This record gives sequence, C-alpha cells and structure tokens, in this order.
Amino acid sequence: MTLSGSIAVAGICEHPTRWAPEKSESQIMAESARGALADCGLEIGDVDGLFAAGIAMGPMGVVGLAEYLDMKPRYLDGTNIGGSSFVAHVAHAAAAIHAGLCEVALILYGSTAASNAMAIGTGLGGGRDPVASFVSPYGMTTVGSYALVAQRHMHQYGTTSEQLAQVAVGMRRHAALNPEAKMRKPISVEDVLESRMISSPLHLLDCCIISDGGGAVVVTSAERARDLAKAPVLLRGCGEAVAHQETGSPDLLTMAARQSGQNALQMAGVRQGDIDFCTIYDSFTITVVLTLENLGFCKPGEGGAFVEGGRIEIGGDLPVNPDGGGLSSNHPGMRGIFLVIEAVRQLRGEAGDRQVSDARLGLVHGTGGTLGTMHSGATLVLEKA
Amino acid sequence: MAGKFEHPEPTAHWETSGYWEGAARGELVLQRCLDCGRVQHRPRAICAHCLSGAIEHFAASGRGRVYTFTVTHQNQMPAFRQACPYVLAYVELEEGPRIMTHIVGCDPEEVEIEQDVVVDFAPCANGLAVPRFRPA
Repeated sequence: MTLSGSIAVAGICEHPTRWAPEKSESQIMAESARGALADCGLEIGDVDGLFAAGIAMGPMGVVGLAEYLDMKPRYLDGTNIGGSSFVAHVAHAAAAIHAGLCEVALILYGSTAASNAMAIGTGLGGGRDPVASFVSPYGMTTVGSYALVAQRHMHQYGTTSEQLAQVAVGMRRHAALNPEAKMRKPISVEDVLESRMISSPLHLLDCCIISDGGGAVVVTSAERARDLAKAPVLLRGCGEAVAHQETGSPDLLTMAARQSGQNALQMAGVRQGDIDFCTIYDSFTITVVLTLENLGFCKPGEGGAFVEGGRIEIGGDLPVNPDGGGLSSNHPGMRGIFLVIEAVRQLRGEAGDRQVSDARLGLVHGTGGTLGTMHSGATLVLEKA
Repeated sequence: MAGKFEHPEPTAHWETSGYWEGAARGELVLQRCLDCGRVQHRPRAICAHCLSGAIEHFAASGRGRVYTFTVTHQNQMPAFRQACPYVLAYVELEEGPRIMTHIVGCDPEEVEIEQDVVVDFAPCANGLAVPRFRPA
C-alpha cells in the first residue's frame, strides 16, 4: 500500500492557554497529550512513538520528555528544523508507521515563550561561533531578516505595505471568530500602517504575537484510526525542503515551500485549485504572501494582489489560517503544531464560527528558521476521510 | 577606515580567518576553488560545489550594489539598542556573492536598492575588522 492515504491524524489538542507563568513546558506538553489522547479515545500506554521539539529542548530533549511522561516508546524523533518541525513530524511519523516501526505516534509541543519574556523577534542575536560571526556583528533580528525579504519583494514586484497589511487584517478577522485567540479586536489597514516600525518595511502589526501555549497530535494508521473516536483525517501528501544562503547568491524570494509544496501536491495527486483552505506559518505578513507564491497558488510577484479583497479570508477563494494564525491567535515560539491542529479541526467540521464550508482538502505549510538567511519548509496535504 | 566598531565582534577560526584577517588588512576577501573556479562566500574548508579542498583567497574589488536592506528600529540586544536606527543589508558584490552587512555613512532613510556602495572597514578591539559599506 502506498503511504498516501494509509496514515491518519486521529487525535488533536490545542492547549487553551495563552499565558501560563505557573506551568512548565513539559506540563503543557503533558496536558496537551492528555487532551489529544482523550480526543481519539486512546491512552498513553497505546503510544509507541514519541515526537517533540522545543526552543529549550537540547539533544536529549525527547528522552527527558519520555522520562517526564514515564514512557518507553519504541520510536523516537527529536527533529528540530525550527517552527516547521511538527509539520515534518507528521510526515516522519507516517513513514515510521508505514514501515511498521511504530503504530501510534504522539507529537508534542509546549512553550512559555511569553511568560519567560522571550524576545523572539528582536532579541536573538546569533551568538559568537565562527558562522554566527557573519551575522551577529550586524545586529540581524528575526524581524530584520524577514524585512530584507519584504523590501526586496516590494522593489522587484511593486508589492505595497497596504497589501501586506491585508494579511494582518484578515487574520485578525478570523481571530475574532476564535474564542481562544489572544488578539480579537478588529484592526484596519491604517492601524497596521500606523503601528510603529520595527524593521522597515515591517510594522508592529506585520509581526506575529508572542504567547504561551502548546499542542498535541496523534498519528496512526488509517486502518486503526477508523475504529477511534473521531473521523480520521488522511495524510495524502508530504514534502520537506531547505533554503539558505547557498555559496553567497541566494534568491531571497525562493522559499523552501516551492520544493516541499510541489512534492506534497504531487504525492497527493492534486493541484492548487483542488485545495479548499490552507494553514500557513504566518510569522510575518510577508511570509504568507511569499509562501502562497512559492506554493504555486499564484505566480511569483502576484502574492500582494492575491491577498487583497478578502481572498484569503473565510468565505474567500482560499481561506488561510481560519484560527487567526500566529498574527492574532497564538505564537508560543514555534507554531507548526497549530497549523496541523487547525487543519484537522476544519476537515472534521469542528471549527465552530470559523468553519470553512465544504472543507475537504487542506494544505498545511510550516516554515522554520528565518526567511532571508536560512529556513526549512514542510508541507502536508490532508483530506477528510 | 570609519569609526571604531561598537557591536559584537567577530570570532575567527581556521576556516574563516582568511576573511577576517583580510578585513583587518583592509581587503574584502572571497574564496575561489582552484579546481572548478567557483567563487564562494561564506568561507569554508572545501568547495561546496565540487568538494575540492584546493581553495584560494583573493581580494574582491570592494564595490557592489544594495540588493536589499532594512532600517532596524528595534533591537533589544544591549549592543544594538542605542544604535537604532541602523541599516542591515545584503550587498551584491561585483564578483557575485551577496553578503550581509551594514550600510553606513548616510541617512538611513536615503538608502535604496540598486544603490552603488563601496566597502568600509570598522576596526575591532580584538585586531580584526568588520566590513561595512557606504555610498560610492
């Protein structure tokens, strides 16, 4: 049997917290695990594959997490390729389950980025090792690296700050429909443009928020998932890729998403026009515009026009991040797991006021690291069974 | 040479010392593979194209054009907080590579993509120097 269609996401849980100074990161992961296992009707003893990544997790992170949960899984994966890790974990879990190396995979994330006052966007400096020496003397912030990409996109294609702002406005409209979202007060294009400049051309409201939070995803075979509590969501396609500075001449507007998206769609045997909605890592407004181009939903340079007129909002041609995304719902440092969780909620028809009608096929794309320097990309195509 | 360098200083090790010691001499140094002829940046012990270990260093012209830039208004690292606003950029060198750098010697609001710039070295206390660029 081929991988496509033989593996399912069976259980999900998004931890409701956005501010948890009283909780540890392991605790958030454990509470999320409890939620996802209850969601599908499994117990912790059924899990034989453990997948996790975190900002504070070192090389032994997954082993330490297994101890915290007193688990002895037969398959471990601590792959950390940035915020896209959990999207990649779904594909890795699928491969392991398909190969018979485990049967029930549990993917976890938890973070107290906000209550730790972690300055993700403007406080991380790269360190003093020899490779970082080509960056750290110049004060490149995370926002700054994405801003370099945004400025180039504007120059090359005439993309405007108003077009980028449309993404933030749309995600906020979605968040207003999500009772758990952190930022629910509507904003206008003018609000985005008048918010303070962080790193030109990106304003404060072009940037994702910082919250605490976490989540869990249970992956198993489609066959086993059919007997569980919720309707399975099938994995139809997956892909991974990297983009970096190469040997000095990177095209900053080509993302890892181009390769990972193409491979995921090809494996699923579908085209962009078949996709009903997307969940896309919206670290910044430019990230959504450029990811849509690189995934082939529009041509290079057309992303600015594509996001205008409500096209990426619920009710539009291609709703993106119905939960409000990292720009408005939650962003505890690495957001990839929520891209998977929201896609599954939509495909199950469990999304409440923000439900995309007739959602049958969803595309998930996570970016990890930073556009402008180096990043990873992981894409999934998920289908309602 | 422009002003003294006030930010985190680079650290050189054997794989990258050619670049940083060149900067200390006032040269912007790139690598070229003696087997396949490719120019590469950042420096490595091998040619990333053909995996040859025969690498030479050469001084680039120091001229280039702004490929993209951002005026940084917020950086919470103590070393940069006072420096805002400053211009982070990629400069495309005449020899091909695009390198991350600062644009100095002008009003940050006057920097433009495609602008001609020339290298300018800021000496560090540790004896190395950091290449930055100013309008040509």
